[in-house]
Amino acid sequence: MIKKIVNFFREYNSRNDEERRTDRLYAVSAIFDTPNEIMAAASEVSGRGYKKFDAYTPYPVHRLDQAMGIKYPLVGPIAFTGGITGLFLALLMMWWMGSKDYPNIIGGKPFFSLPPSIPITFEGTILLTGFATVVGMLILLNKLPKINSPISDTEFMKRVSSDKFGIVIAADDRMFSETQVTELFRSLGASRIENIYYKPSNLTDKTPIFNRKFIMTLIGVAAIAAIVTYFTLNIVLYQVVPFDWMWKQARINAQSESLFFANKSGMREPVAGTVARGFMPYEYKGLPDSAVRLLANPLPVSKNVIEKGQEKYNIYCSPCHGYFGDGDGRLNDQFPKPPSLHNSKVLNWKDGNIYHVITNGQNVMPSYEGQISRDDRWAIVHYVRVLQRAKNAKDQDLPK
Amino acid sequence: MMMELTTPKKLPASVGKWGMILTAVGVIMGGAAFAVDPHRAFFGYLWMYMFLVSIGVGSLALVALEYLVGANWSTPFRRVPEFLAGIILLLVILVIPLLFGMHDLFHWTHAEAVAEDPILKSKEPYLNTTFFIARTGVILLIWLIFYYLFTRNSRKQDISKDPALTASSIKYSAIFAILFILTISFTAIDWMMSLEPHWFSTMFGVYYFAGTLVAAISISAFISVSLNEGGFFGFKVDDEKYYSFGTLMFAFNVFWTYIGFSQYMLIWYADIPEETFWFMNRMEGSWVYFSIGLLFVHFIIPFLMLLPRSSKVNPNLILYMSAWLIYAHAYDLYWIIMPTYFKDGFVFSWNELGFLVLAFGIIALVFNYMASRFNIVPVGDPKLQRGLYFHLN
Repeated sequence: MIKKIVNFFREYNSRNDEERRTDRLYAVSAIFDTPNEIMAAASEVSGRGYKKFDAYTPYPVHRLDQAMGIKYPLVGPIAFTGGITGLFLALLMMWWMGSKDYPNIIGGKPFFSLPPSIPITFEGTILLTGFATVVGMLILLNKLPKINSPISDTEFMKRVSSDKFGIVIAADDRMFSETQVTELFRSLGASRIENIYYKPSNLTDKTPIFNRKFIMTLIGVAAIAAIVTYFTLNIVLYQVVPFDWMWKQARINAQSESLFFANKSGMREPVAGTVARGFMPYEYKGLPDSAVRLLANPLPVSKNVIEKGQEKYNIYCSPCHGYFGDGDGRLNDQFPKPPSLHNSKVLNWKDGNIYHVITNGQNVMPSYEGQISRDDRWAIVHYVRVLQRAKNAKDQDLPK
Repeated sequence: MMMELTTPKKLPASVGKWGMILTAVGVIMGGAAFAVDPHRAFFGYLWMYMFLVSIGVGSLALVALEYLVGANWSTPFRRVPEFLAGIILLLVILVIPLLFGMHDLFHWTHAEAVAEDPILKSKEPYLNTTFFIARTGVILLIWLIFYYLFTRNSRKQDISKDPALTASSIKYSAIFAILFILTISFTAIDWMMSLEPHWFSTMFGVYYFAGTLVAAISISAFISVSLNEGGFFGFKVDDEKYYSFGTLMFAFNVFWTYIGFSQYMLIWYADIPEETFWFMNRMEGSWVYFSIGLLFVHFIIPFLMLLPRSSKVNPNLILYMSAWLIYAHAYDLYWIIMPTYFKDGFVFSWNELGFLVLAFGIIALVFNYMASRFNIVPVGDPKLQRGLYFHLN
């Protein structure tokens, strides 16, 4: 596999070596020895009216852009736009995740607030500034990817990427004339002037980046990297303590023993009198029926409530009380028969009394506090009233 | 290739005249403030003192920074922060009235309050008058010693042109770099953080440190650019030399923002009453507008103004933004110090303005005096020619 990859690159390079130049002129290049010379040369070339030329330096030379006649470099505005976009996207992301997508109360803080969002905003700004700069500069302004340019792999490129400064005037410039350009470079004091010709591959094989072998190599490398990473992290390093995804921890699991506490239980109990969230203790719990004062039904009478009461009544109450409250439920043979809900005692009860019996139990009926939620118990009370009204309907209750 | 240095022009007489006028007006207004309400005036005076510490000691730190990093670009302008560091000589005198005002300024000097306050009681080994004055004395002495060492070397070099003096200044800078950070942190903690003795923030020292550098680089930039534009140096460098001033102003200002915000965010997140009250004081009443203003004055406006490269080499913009950042630092110090006195809301009146006028009067007088006695360019510095021909490339 590796041998194949090496061979591929060796082949590719040797192909370039064998290449002969064509006769088609690409550009005339000139090499200068000092940054001051390149500045002077750049402003002279741009002053003569050449448009398709470029300057090459081994390190950034400030103000070269101005000398080249580039009035306003676009990289700044592109980077700034990217930064502003990143800033607002990061804020939007923090707001949306924190208060819309997955609202969680953390440390009693609001779902969205500015202070904790600032670090993310900062990073989003920097990230998109970087992306915008690189993409804007390389792709929009420098028109890359363009690996196979006639200027690469020339003596000129080797020099300007190490210790010299160079200018190239392209042959397709409107004003281009080989003799004039050479003369201009000579008058500017260039230390080396060289014509650059197209190579055969420049004219045929335009983008080696889309070469099939190259793409396959990339995919192969990616696949190997993924497999090796997976194997290292999940199989090999998983055996070693700090990398085992915290599988082994010095902690006490639920229901396990701990010698640290006096009662040897690893779990702690809530403080006496703790009330669970959303739970309201029943104030008449365990008291006889006569003690109940209160308790008007807090739920409004509505179709939803009645239906909810019906559903819960049919699940929890009907096995003994029967679907209509007559005390003829399906469990009649196994359990004592409860009295009818339509006797005068229950008819005259307040809603609170019915609620009290459901919550507290009565005689052999156990408490249903644990099974039925508070609101559902009140809904059942409404439904019991519905049954009572239906069983004792008067003439005027009938629809006309 | 050597740039010919002509004899520098003398500073116009108006600098000294305005220095005198500002100082006189400041002394009269400050004196009146003390006559009307000495308690309030001490806070204004402390504000002025801390501002002068920022400028004076921060300038000395810039001098040390140049030696330490071997910067060339700033050598032609180095006398500007050197002259400004002369304010340190006056700090020794200016601190004396503050020592008499300690009872007015600092709650922890009240023995009866400390006696019934367990927190202040436990802080007493550090926050007591004797140790406080001793610390202040030692810190001022350190500043004086290094001011003397740097300026002596620099002035000797004007005549002897001896590169060994630069080497010795580099050694002093390495020591002063550490001592500067320590002394400026202790100064911030002693004189400003202890105004609210219950409050503490481990970032407070570096917060003030960042502010001093903003103020010092800005005032150096302002004076250097003005003098260069007016041809007072005996040489004229092009606008490109201002780039480093612009960059450093921008960088120190962003650093200040980073520190200031980090301090705020950590306290906001922890949400512990013993830490949050300092910020709550600054967010109640009309102080909240002042606090939001700080964000714009000290960060958003200078950030956007100094961001483009073109604005860092534009002399007018550098002048304008350096003046703005000096104002921003005074604003920042006011925000730190004054809410301790004006608990109900933001107040700024002639009582406080007088001290700011006095501060600028003192700066102008010190600079004018130094400029009249010493070379305004370090003519003997071996890095001078390199600095004049400094290229950013």
